[in-house]
Amino acid sequence: MPLYHTDDQAMLADTVRSFMAEEGAIKPQLRHWRDKDCPDGFGHALWRQFAELGLNGILVPEADGGLGMGHVEAGIVLAEIGRNLTPSPFLTNAVMGATALAAAADELKQRWLPGVMAGATVLAVAIDEGAKHDPERITLKAERSGNGFRLSGEKPCVIQGASADCLIVAARTSGADRDTDGVTLFAVPKDAAGVGHDRVRLVDSVMASHIRFDNVELVGAAVIGEVDGGRATLNRIVAAGRVGAASELVGVASGAFGVTTAYLQTRKQFGRLIGEFQALQHRAAHLYSEIEIAHAAAFKAQQLLDAGSPEAELMVSVAKAKASSAANLAVREGVQMHGGVGMTDEFDIGLYMKRERALTEFMGDGNYHAGRVAALSGY
Amino acid sequence: MSELDAFRQDIRGWLEQNCPPEMRAPVTSESDTCWGGRNYRFQSEAQRQWLERCAARGFTVPMWPKEYGGAGLSAPEAKVLREEMARINARSPLSSFGIWMLGPALLHFGTHEQKLHYLPPIARGEIRWCQGYSEPGSGSDLVSLQTFGEARGDHWEVTGQKIWTSYADKADWIFCLVRTDKTNKYQGISFLLFDMASEGVTTRPIRLISGASPFCETFFDAVKVPKDQIVGEVNRGWDVAKYLLGHEREMISATGGGERTTSLGAELAKQGIELDPVLRAQVALYDVDALAFAAMSEKFSDEARSGRAHPAQPNMMKYAGTELNKRKHELTMMAGGSAALEWESYASGGGAKPRSWLRTKANSIEGGTSEIMLNVIAKRILDLPGA
Repeated sequence: MPLYHTDDQAMLADTVRSFMAEEGAIKPQLRHWRDKDCPDGFGHALWRQFAELGLNGILVPEADGGLGMGHVEAGIVLAEIGRNLTPSPFLTNAVMGATALAAAADELKQRWLPGVMAGATVLAVAIDEGAKHDPERITLKAERSGNGFRLSGEKPCVIQGASADCLIVAARTSGADRDTDGVTLFAVPKDAAGVGHDRVRLVDSVMASHIRFDNVELVGAAVIGEVDGGRATLNRIVAAGRVGAASELVGVASGAFGVTTAYLQTRKQFGRLIGEFQALQHRAAHLYSEIEIAHAAAFKAQQLLDAGSPEAELMVSVAKAKASSAANLAVREGVQMHGGVGMTDEFDIGLYMKRERALTEFMGDGNYHAGRVAALSGY
Repeated sequence: MSELDAFRQDIRGWLEQNCPPEMRAPVTSESDTCWGGRNYRFQSEAQRQWLERCAARGFTVPMWPKEYGGAGLSAPEAKVLREEMARINARSPLSSFGIWMLGPALLHFGTHEQKLHYLPPIARGEIRWCQGYSEPGSGSDLVSLQTFGEARGDHWEVTGQKIWTSYADKADWIFCLVRTDKTNKYQGISFLLFDMASEGVTTRPIRLISGASPFCETFFDAVKVPKDQIVGEVNRGWDVAKYLLGHEREMISATGGGERTTSLGAELAKQGIELDPVLRAQVALYDVDALAFAAMSEKFSDEARSGRAHPAQPNMMKYAGTELNKRKHELTMMAGGSAALEWESYASGGGAKPRSWLRTKANSIEGGTSEIMLNVIAKRILDLPGA
């Protein structure tokens, strides 16, 4: 499979690029909801527009009413989301949520998937339990209770947790904190008694929730997949989230790079455009190279994931690490090259910087994934 | 089974029968690389056999037309060949500036007669070429070159000096940029071909910091070059040179796709080297970049072969690839400690690590410095303003 877009993928990219540039742009979306102090941090109308384009079902098989596409296509959408800093539940729902529900029984799928695909329902995914990404460690307790389960514990910083109609929760049904086995995934409805939210706005204006589960009673049908056997699905959710975040980061990097090179071509000092200075040209050219490479890494990882290749796991970590470092460089250079105005809220470059920080942290930063690359390579 | 799958089966079978076992091992020293040429001494019978068998099938230049010594393969077929060779760790049968550089220029600018005359001996590894570009006063500013060819009836009389001519002392022929009009900077250069055995040609190897001498100073003292030994038009050699510089993409993309990038950390572990935590982290971050770049190489190769790549993208590949390689060798030296300082011992393979490390420093200088690559990216890809 060549590493360039097929005709269909190129068409999707065109459609999504113009859609996101118009409807998902920074001013009508990110700034609008931020300045309104929106408790969700995103617009439900836009989420429904995503659905009208079919994007919410991009990873859902056609048999289930989706587009039946792959991670490459999801990555195309995420790159445009990143470029426009579009706030939406796409990554956690259409990518991670859909991956979770793919493992669910029909009844559960029927309950949540149509709503997600219609843009009427929002899911949130609750995996990590500490400030740093560490999905190996799952301690939130789920005990048998009658025909169902009782959950108790906490999940901090769940993206859009308080906006969600349903929480997908990784819990421990048996074994020790870091055991591979003994993990079970649950679909927890928003109105389940005992779920408490502590809403918090993050640096990138995304709303997150520190969630407490205080003896939350669930029916057996709330289990996604097998009891004690949720790790494989969890790994798939995490891989989808990582590679998706990598594509979004590439989009963030490209967006930041775009506004920065535009600035270099308009700002004058010493009677010259600052883009004429070789010191800045070389840094911009290096940055271009880093972003191109990050894009290729994410693309390759998505292809491998779609092909079910055993090499996908390694490449997903490469992609997330590389995309994080490229995007980080893009926003740091972006602010510096903007000079004083880069520090103002009026210019968008600072918004890119905030989003990069949050996305880099999401599903593991560059250090985490470099460590995984080492471990997977046997050193 | 698709046609490509059938082709893959065919290639797999052919390789199984024809690639000698000795040629299925990674290249570890300079003598493992086969350069061919009039005076070439094969390292082994296997090396000779491998070259001859590949040449007979056109596999030294898989995508060249058959009449010029190639196999006439399509891009997807050539990729299959690379993948299948990589699968059994087959060495490249022939390394050659004729293949990488002169060939593409001749295919693009040469006459049919020139192609028939020059290309098949390149494909068979019979004639080894070197490249006469840089001069003592013309490095990054190549177009300022001074070597002069004076028109004398049916020939030019070429006088001047080239430098950094790779393997000039081992090459049979040279393709050379020569000024044929002193009044026009860009349109006063011609792309000439001549025999290194011609009267008036002398070479002097330059000893490098690695201890090796792969580059030469090359002197021309009234060398006679017949007027039909020119590629393209008189005074339009810069067009050929530019095309050729761009065609480094072929050279780079020839290594893209197919072969696996191995993890440096895994390689060091295999050597029994233990990494302290800080170095392990540095190696891991390097491996991330190297694996990401491998994906980039594959992507670029796919794009270049299908006409999708930006024409200046090879500059980016060259910049990123060479900087990465330098970093790899810095880490290898750090990991090796004092053992990697040994310059001449048997245990160190004659100082393989320090010599390779020093050699890589040229990567970001030769064929256009990193700084020149960044200039080109800034102007031609990013469209930044200024000179």
